Amino acid sequence: MSKFDKEQILRTSGVNVLKCMRCGKCSATCPSYDEMEYHPHQFVYMVEKGEIDKLMQSPSIYKCLSCYACVERCPRGVEPAKVVEAVRLQVIRQQGMNHLTPDDIPALLDEDLPQQAIVTAMRKYSK
Amino acid sequence: MQRIGVFVCWCGSNIAATVDVNAVSEALAHEPGVVFSTNYQYMCSESGQNLIKDAIKEHQLTGVVICSCSPRMHEATFRKTVAAAGLNSYMLEIANIREQCSWIHKDKAEATEKAIILGRAAIAKVQLNAPLTPGTSPVTKRALVIGGGIAGIQTALDIADAGFEVDIVEKQPTIGGKMTQIDKTFPTLDCAACILTPKMVDCAQNEKINIFAYSEVEEVKGFVGSFTVKIKKKARYVDPVKCTGCGECTEKCPMKKIPNEFNLGLDTRRAIYIPFAQAVPKVATIDPDHCNMLKNGKCGLCAKVCSAGAIDYKQKDEIVEREYGAIVVATGYNPIKLDDYDEYAYAQSKDVVSSLEFERLTNAAGPTGGTLLRPSDGKHPHTIVFVQCVGSRCSNEGKGKSYCSKICCMYTAKHAMLTREKYPDTDVYVFYIDVRSPGKNYDEFYRRAVEEYGVHYIKGMVGKVVPRSDGKLLVQASDLLANEQLHIEADMVVLAAAIEPDKSARPLATMLTASMDTNDFFTEAHAKLRPVESPTAGIFLSGACQGPKDIPDTVAQAGAAASKVIGLLAKDKLTGNPCIAHPDEWMCNGCSSCEKVCPYGAISYVDKEFRMPDRTTAIRRVAVVNEAVCQGCGACTVACPSGAMDLKGFSNSQIMAEVDALCKM
Amino acid sequence: MNFSYYPGCTLKNKAQDLDRYARLSAEKLGIHLEELSEWQCCGGAFSMGKDEIASKLAAVRALNGAKEQGQDLVTLCSACHNVLKQANDAMAHDEEFSEHANNYMQLEKPYKGETRVIHYLELLRDVVGFDNLKKAVVKPLTGKKVAAYYGCLLLRPSKVMQMDNPENPTIIEDFLRAIGAEPVLYANRNECCGGYAVLEDRAIAQKKSAAVMENAADQGAEMMITACPLCEYNLKKNTPADGRLPVYYFTELLAEALGVKE
Repeated sequence: MSKFDKEQILRTSGVNVLKCMRCGKCSATCPSYDEMEYHPHQFVYMVEKGEIDKLMQSPSIYKCLSCYACVERCPRGVEPAKVVEAVRLQVIRQQGMNHLTPDDIPALLDEDLPQQAIVTAMRKYSK
Repeated sequence: MQRIGVFVCWCGSNIAATVDVNAVSEALAHEPGVVFSTNYQYMCSESGQNLIKDAIKEHQLTGVVICSCSPRMHEATFRKTVAAAGLNSYMLEIANIREQCSWIHKDKAEATEKAIILGRAAIAKVQLNAPLTPGTSPVTKRALVIGGGIAGIQTALDIADAGFEVDIVEKQPTIGGKMTQIDKTFPTLDCAACILTPKMVDCAQNEKINIFAYSEVEEVKGFVGSFTVKIKKKARYVDPVKCTGCGECTEKCPMKKIPNEFNLGLDTRRAIYIPFAQAVPKVATIDPDHCNMLKNGKCGLCAKVCSAGAIDYKQKDEIVEREYGAIVVATGYNPIKLDDYDEYAYAQSKDVVSSLEFERLTNAAGPTGGTLLRPSDGKHPHTIVFVQCVGSRCSNEGKGKSYCSKICCMYTAKHAMLTREKYPDTDVYVFYIDVRSPGKNYDEFYRRAVEEYGVHYIKGMVGKVVPRSDGKLLVQASDLLANEQLHIEADMVVLAAAIEPDKSARPLATMLTASMDTNDFFTEAHAKLRPVESPTAGIFLSGACQGPKDIPDTVAQAGAAASKVIGLLAKDKLTGNPCIAHPDEWMCNGCSSCEKVCPYGAISYVDKEFRMPDRTTAIRRVAVVNEAVCQGCGACTVACPSGAMDLKGFSNSQIMAEVDALCKM
Repeated sequence: MNFSYYPGCTLKNKAQDLDRYARLSAEKLGIHLEELSEWQCCGGAFSMGKDEIASKLAAVRALNGAKEQGQDLVTLCSACHNVLKQANDAMAHDEEFSEHANNYMQLEKPYKGETRVIHYLELLRDVVGFDNLKKAVVKPLTGKKVAAYYGCLLLRPSKVMQMDNPENPTIIEDFLRAIGAEPVLYANRNECCGGYAVLEDRAIAQKKSAAVMENAADQGAEMMITACPLCEYNLKKNTPADGRLPVYYFTELLAEALGVKE
């Protein structure tokens, strides 16, 4: 089970986690660090170790802001955000695992909220 | 018909594990001309070489084929072996069945078949080999050292000490290099100036050493033993003989706002300047880009105050031509530009500095007189964050260097330790990925920084530095061991920038036909066995031009390069390579194609009298090869339209015999 | 000069000012923006999953639309720009994805990333030229200290976006100089505002947006400009009311400087 998931994540993300040199610059630059249980460098390392289940069960996967700071600043070109995205996709692609549904939206709106926020969140959180 | 012996080497298991060596020696025993064939565990060992020598004598061999490693590795060894047995050393051919066979194949049957084919090709070639005798060329007993940093200085001193003349060419106005900018040196904390400046003075006073400061190499011609080099002595606009280095001019010059490169722009100098008090030669130099007199013809103040009358606004660049037997490259390194790393706010804040800038800020001869003050407001910093590996160990396309810069871990430990020693009220953080301290007493030094001086070493990187208007630098970093993101309010941030070869190295390598790697470091002839020689004969490597190095490594390599140079200069004559071009005068039609492609200028033409078959006499223009200059590259043999030009030892017929053997399978 | 134009959904609704001032300014500068006849929402974010195909097709359709018009495609919203650029890059360089997408789309001719996507700021810099823009200014914003907020999506990932140095960009600062304003540099101009996470976690948007605005104010800015509706929202709504700087779309300042703001 876990091995299959790891391969799926490597395929979906296109990331070679072995390029990581454990410098932690991704986590040093992550704006969502404090919100996360597992941090960007841990995503990369845990995928390498095959600990996918822990990541899939963690709310951390909904905390990445897709700001690309870790992608930009990683000295090794590892692109940690793509790993986070791949784990999240693995979760929300499962039946009934949408993190956000259209029914949730009305309660979250305010009059100025741009459409962009809603479509982006839907894209990130649900299938 | 040759009597050929075949010797198949196992190279321990390097070859034997992938190639069936018995099958190879057995198959090759049946090739035409082969009278002896065997295999052995280590053909290059003494007993292996004896085996070859004995077989030559016992079987009256006239040709030898050794199936072994690359000729780059042991051709020279085996040439000596066959010569010791009385054979001409060019009656030897090597079939490379290691690098080109066993190391790159997995299937034993396939590799064995390939090894046999490679052996056959070598046998076919040796059938056509003829004894060759190398010519000799003279040695100019003087060396050129390019670069006057600690690497060049040490090399020059060692060569001079052996009694040979040395010229140092240094592009800056003074010799000394990066080490002049450094305050103290790890791991013993000697003052850099105290150990370097006496060596600079030794260079100046040594009658065997001639310093061309503020000069550049313009052109290199010739070959090992006989290089001719053009050196451009850039105009200083000051007569170096008359100038006493008193410094009067540098105090009166009205152009005051020029960034001082010696202090990395942290303060200013004048348009006429002496880089620092201990400069060698201690001669003033006018910076033509900023001098009002040179630019607009107005001013002339320095000439007025110079009591020695040394100022000469009409001075011109001068080209000097010199002969050398050997050339040592010692062009050194520079820290990379930090433009691509503005997440650390290097461009935004004066208090984010490179390590070399920090070095100047703590140096007694630096802009702050050795008191550590922030460049922005001149205040004492109380919290300093050091960031390691800035631009080193990067594989992110287009940004940074793939290699470890090697010196940063130790100089950062030094900076951190000295800061804590001098200013115990300062908090010092070092963010590291790995601490690399494999030198003698290096790890102990780093541990002292932690254990005795209380430097906070944190495993992790800095992700962002945000300068605040109150002068604080907000450092956001990861602490991987605590699994925390840290936010530190720092007063200074010091970046350990990766180092790279000096920009002058690439064009110089082209002039020297010396090879470089993709990072522009000079390549050594063999990574382990010939570390201070370039693959180009007569070119030697000293210091960081070959790879990142600290001072102890540089000095060791400088001495090694010097000893290689001394070994060369001690010879009266050099034995050349006999595998050189020679024209068949009867076939040559004097078309000049070969002359045009020869990179060494080894080919010329003569009008020669020929007795023709009809007994008449004809004067014909034919090519002549200067055997001392020809390097045997073979370009002329390819260019020759009539096939008149051939390369000894690699003749067209020999190459075709090899191809035939390979294609017969 | 004619360009195809992709406004995106938000510019038709909450961010109409961003669009309106851009069009007015473009006309004044002799640029005709031809809105693509049929476009769909880009999706707001480019899915980083290489095996996500369908969610990227709206962007590919828009790119192909511009190709059929034979024009460069101008974008304005940072998010749309990011999605279109990344989709275009994938069509050009990710063969597996490109083949999949083309199979789904069944176009007359397969799309291979031919369209050049340029952001309105790049249009000003590279087509109009900031020097010419400066000459066209009738009401310079002299003395206004303005902080340019880039956010994430204009600059990153820089290998694909290629707009400017991702850590030390100058395009908006140069734009500000061209319209007579004084740019204020601050380090957080390329840090995240909290983005779409505001939808379910307003606290993080407040934290991140506040850090951006406080840094800009600390460095002496009087106002901020942005190209992104979501950044604008977060900066306006999710920063502490005390000390909040006014936030504008860059096109509004442009229109004002060009004298075309109604």
